[in-house]
Amino acid sequence: MKKSVFLGAATIAGLAAGAAVAGTVDDVKARGTLNCGVTTGLVGFAAPDANGEWKGFDVSLCRAVAAAVLGDANAVEFVPTTGKTRFTALASGEIDMLARNTTWTFSRDVDLKFEFTGINYYDGQGFLAPKALGVSSAKELDGATVCVQTGTTTELNLADFFRSNNISYEPVPVETNAEGQQQYLAGACDVYTTDASGLAATRATFESPGDHVILPEIISKEPLGPLVRHGDHEWGDVVRWTLNALIAAEELGVTSANLEDMSGNPEANPEVKRLLGTEGTLGEMLGLDADWAARAIAADGNYGEIFAKNIGEETPIGLARGLNGQWTDGGLLYAPPFR
Amino acid sequence: MSDQTTNSIAFVADGTIPPSPPPANETGVVKWLRDNLFSNFTNGLLTFASLVLIYLLLKNTLPWFLNGIWQADSLAQCREILNGNVGACFAVLTERWHQLLYGFKYPGDAYWRPNLALLLLLVAAAPVLFFDLPRKLLLFTVVYPFIAFWLIWGGTILVPLVAFLGCVAAAVAFQKLGKNSFAAGFFTAIIVALVVWNVGGALIPEGASDNAWLSAVPSRDLGGFMLNMMLGVTCVSLSVPLGIALALGRQSDMPLIKWVCVIFIEFIRGVPLITLLFVASVMLSYFFPPESTVDLFLRVVIMITMFSAAYIAEVIRGGLAALPRGQYEAADSLGLDYPQAMRLIILPQALKISIPGIVNVAVGLFKDTTLVSVISMFDLVGMIRGPILASTEWNGVYWELLGFAALLFFVVCYGISQYSQWLERRLATDHR
Amino acid sequence: MSTMTDPPKADFRLSMLINDTRYRSLTFQVIAAVAIALSIWYLGNNLIQNLRAAGLNISYSFLGDPAGYDINQRLIEYDSQSSHARAAIVGILNTLLVAVLACITATFFGVFAGVLRLSNNWLVSKLMAIYVEIFRNIPVLIWILIIFFIVTAAMPAPRAYLGEQAERDLVLGLFAFTNRGIYVPSPFFTNGFGAEGGSAVNWLVVIAVLILSHFATRFVNKNAQIKQEQTGNRPNTLLLNGLIWLVPLVAVLFILGLSWDFPDPLANRFNLRGGLQIGAPLIALWFALSIYTGAFIAENVRAGIQAINKGQTEAAAALGLRQGRIMNLVILPQALRVIIPPLISQYLNITKNSSLAIAVGYADITATLGGITLNQTGRAIECVLLMMLFYLTASLLISTGMNIYNASVKLKER
Repeated sequence: MKKSVFLGAATIAGLAAGAAVAGTVDDVKARGTLNCGVTTGLVGFAAPDANGEWKGFDVSLCRAVAAAVLGDANAVEFVPTTGKTRFTALASGEIDMLARNTTWTFSRDVDLKFEFTGINYYDGQGFLAPKALGVSSAKELDGATVCVQTGTTTELNLADFFRSNNISYEPVPVETNAEGQQQYLAGACDVYTTDASGLAATRATFESPGDHVILPEIISKEPLGPLVRHGDHEWGDVVRWTLNALIAAEELGVTSANLEDMSGNPEANPEVKRLLGTEGTLGEMLGLDADWAARAIAADGNYGEIFAKNIGEETPIGLARGLNGQWTDGGLLYAPPFR
Repeated sequence: MSDQTTNSIAFVADGTIPPSPPPANETGVVKWLRDNLFSNFTNGLLTFASLVLIYLLLKNTLPWFLNGIWQADSLAQCREILNGNVGACFAVLTERWHQLLYGFKYPGDAYWRPNLALLLLLVAAAPVLFFDLPRKLLLFTVVYPFIAFWLIWGGTILVPLVAFLGCVAAAVAFQKLGKNSFAAGFFTAIIVALVVWNVGGALIPEGASDNAWLSAVPSRDLGGFMLNMMLGVTCVSLSVPLGIALALGRQSDMPLIKWVCVIFIEFIRGVPLITLLFVASVMLSYFFPPESTVDLFLRVVIMITMFSAAYIAEVIRGGLAALPRGQYEAADSLGLDYPQAMRLIILPQALKISIPGIVNVAVGLFKDTTLVSVISMFDLVGMIRGPILASTEWNGVYWELLGFAALLFFVVCYGISQYSQWLERRLATDHR
Repeated sequence: MSTMTDPPKADFRLSMLINDTRYRSLTFQVIAAVAIALSIWYLGNNLIQNLRAAGLNISYSFLGDPAGYDINQRLIEYDSQSSHARAAIVGILNTLLVAVLACITATFFGVFAGVLRLSNNWLVSKLMAIYVEIFRNIPVLIWILIIFFIVTAAMPAPRAYLGEQAERDLVLGLFAFTNRGIYVPSPFFTNGFGAEGGSAVNWLVVIAVLILSHFATRFVNKNAQIKQEQTGNRPNTLLLNGLIWLVPLVAVLFILGLSWDFPDPLANRFNLRGGLQIGAPLIALWFALSIYTGAFIAENVRAGIQAINKGQTEAAAALGLRQGRIMNLVILPQALRVIIPPLISQYLNITKNSSLAIAVGYADITATLGGITLNQTGRAIECVLLMMLFYLTASLLISTGMNIYNASVKLKER
């Protein structure tokens, strides 16, 4: 890669050559870091902590991909994106993948030319209401004022829900989750709607979470997943199978703690061996080395560990696995076989 | 006779009567109060209304401010300490000051670098702002951008060094050739600079930044008030030359150049900065070559510079128009060509008239740098609205944070506007 | 006698392109034209390549598709099945609404503070100086946020007004001040045009009547003026003028069946129903823009007044005019000429700054077309271009209009 000082000067300021053309896998390897688009701040999914370290469920996925491709879970440059900038950032090559609780929809996949590489969280849109309001169902919300994040699918679902139930509402558009939270607590809106996981995360930060209820209706399907640019299938495969590796690892009982034992154990389940690269050439097929999946799992643990650490019942957010359990436990997570 | 005369005058004062003190209500505090506060009924009413207003303001804010808590780990803890009393939670400032000032990603052990850069900025700006200082200090001003770049972004020193050498080479080339023909000198200088940069760039080894003395910081990690300052300073200093060029272009008698400048200026002035920032964040990347990505900071700098250049061009156009026609004619009659006339006669005078206006644009621009928070950059306002308010500990602390931001901006902007007023008095050479 | 001769015809040399003033400007323009054409080609080519690589195209057909989202503040009929284009129009009207409102109040604040700053009352002039300095030196975005938080935090939630045993009664039984906005009675027509008298035509009729009244009073005043010039006595037109304004207005409102819709605290368990709701984002944006821009206008007003020669004041005083009349008849008319040009640019600034509505969720053009529509359709280039086109048109219209006005009040010099 040849560069002039003019470009060189700007490289540090940011003019970096080399994206799209050579294929994202090679680009990421050449650059040495993964540019991963995340939200500007949703506690539990992606938010910088007091020390400026990004933490969260989506962040862990980025780290796993970085570990698989580059061998270093910390070689990630997190690019905060808003609802508005996320798709342009991905389309223009500013980021290599987007892990920003983005709902997989037909138009985003087909019309906007992105490729969803799987689902890392099955979500649905719900409503958060103060107990004092005395509402027990979303259908009783006729005439209510609803805070909703703009530019999201929740905004559209909300309009559909009220329209189909033939009741009226006043939307209060907010830009970020933090703003929605403030508006809701100040009473500028009666209920707050977003993905149920986000509601739980929001409620967890309240002073007295017990005074607020999440209404029983889930009014939409919100399959959230990472996405990459359309057309770069090698890179899409890497992201897709990294996610699958994390899910499969949980199913197969491979955790970050027993990873060493498992990979060293010749008696292990053959699928575990294939996953961890002690048998077969899966890594090579993907254009990576043999223990790519082992590194991904070592980064922040398998899917279950990541879930438990960031948004699980032990955390303030306190989400139950529910739909996001393994298929063997009645959930929807079902990784295709590693073969 | 003489006797009679003396007798006819009953009393002759042999000294002046000592001045008696003015009436009590014509002196001191009373007089001042009467003249300035209660000169008539309306005035008294106004004074009373103002006093009520001040009282109401203080009554609501003073206890809140004085009861402020400076040490706590979270808002909940603050409320616990306050125990139901009214009071601010300034603890958020003491706990997150580094994020507010430097953003959340800038390495903590490198805070001295932007600090030093700021300090040097004051030194570098001084000779530009105060004409009495020795002109030799300007040399440092010329070197400053490269030092500041190196300090803030870190990495290998070779990059700013080569960039600097390129500029020096260009300046030398211009000195040599510019005497005869401005155009020749100008274009040669650009070519020389490009050559030096390219050659130098090729010489910098790959990965030179990896183990540099100052660790390299990607521009995405800049944030907080530092980002506002950097955007403000960079864009203003870049936009002044661009603004001069645009203003001259708008006055040019070459129709093509004139109309390009007019369209550019009017277009930029006709749209809000926020739409230009949208262009930077969602559109601009489509206009760069497919294999390169230009980082958001640079894109924003480009757009803000264009924005302020258009405004500065209008200010300078005002300055050019204010010059008497005779100055232009005098320059022509001396046989000076266009660049000479501009450089030696017109611009020095026009710029002098325009300086207060340029400073106003600069203050406005500095305030407008807060808009970058809308396009997911974490400047001071972005830090407040994003990571800090979203955090579990501090969600719900608004007044303290926004008040702090307001205070920072006020101090800087008020300082600059005071300077501008001083300058206006200083430059007022007409007698009024 | 000397004969004029042409300068010796030198052979054309290449260096003349640079050195000869006759050719130089041509050379530069050709270079400039080539440079511009090249850069346009370069950028356009990149755009095409990038779009092709991403498999996208430029198309405005999305404007006809249903928008799918709702807008809370709207001046025209709109629901989630309306098109993106209609959403954009709702946004445009909202932008214009807040801009016009803010221009009016900012002028009021500005003139008020500017005049008071020159007051000889020490306290008042200092207070105004503090107001101007504080508001001028802090970014408008921060002001919008602060005022928005004041509105949402300091006013009660609508719940306080609701139900049989409400915590608060409506102010005068008519108004409710809540953190979601202010509710005021709204007028409507019972037997006007349109379904249930709900058409905007009714308002146009009322406005037309007002305009006619305006011209009628002008005619009356002109006659009075002529009479005054002929006889020296000015007939008293006050009563007549009052009648001309009042009678047609009352008549048309009566015919259309004007009545009022009051905010009703009992109709809904969440919000007040009925009446006109002025939303909190609108209030915050409106107030912040007017008070911020007011500080700038105050400075313009002060400069304008101070620019009037002191002799004018003294001359007016020598004529025996009172303080107030000196201001109204002598100083302000002259000062206006100085004030108006910067005032125009302040109005432009308000229009452009109204785009910050996005920070408080007010549905202006930046929030609808440049925000939600852009997000939902992903048509970034199209949306941003349309948005810029709107602002450009608005700015040009405002500055043209104000320049025409400026020309009409300009001092007519010989």
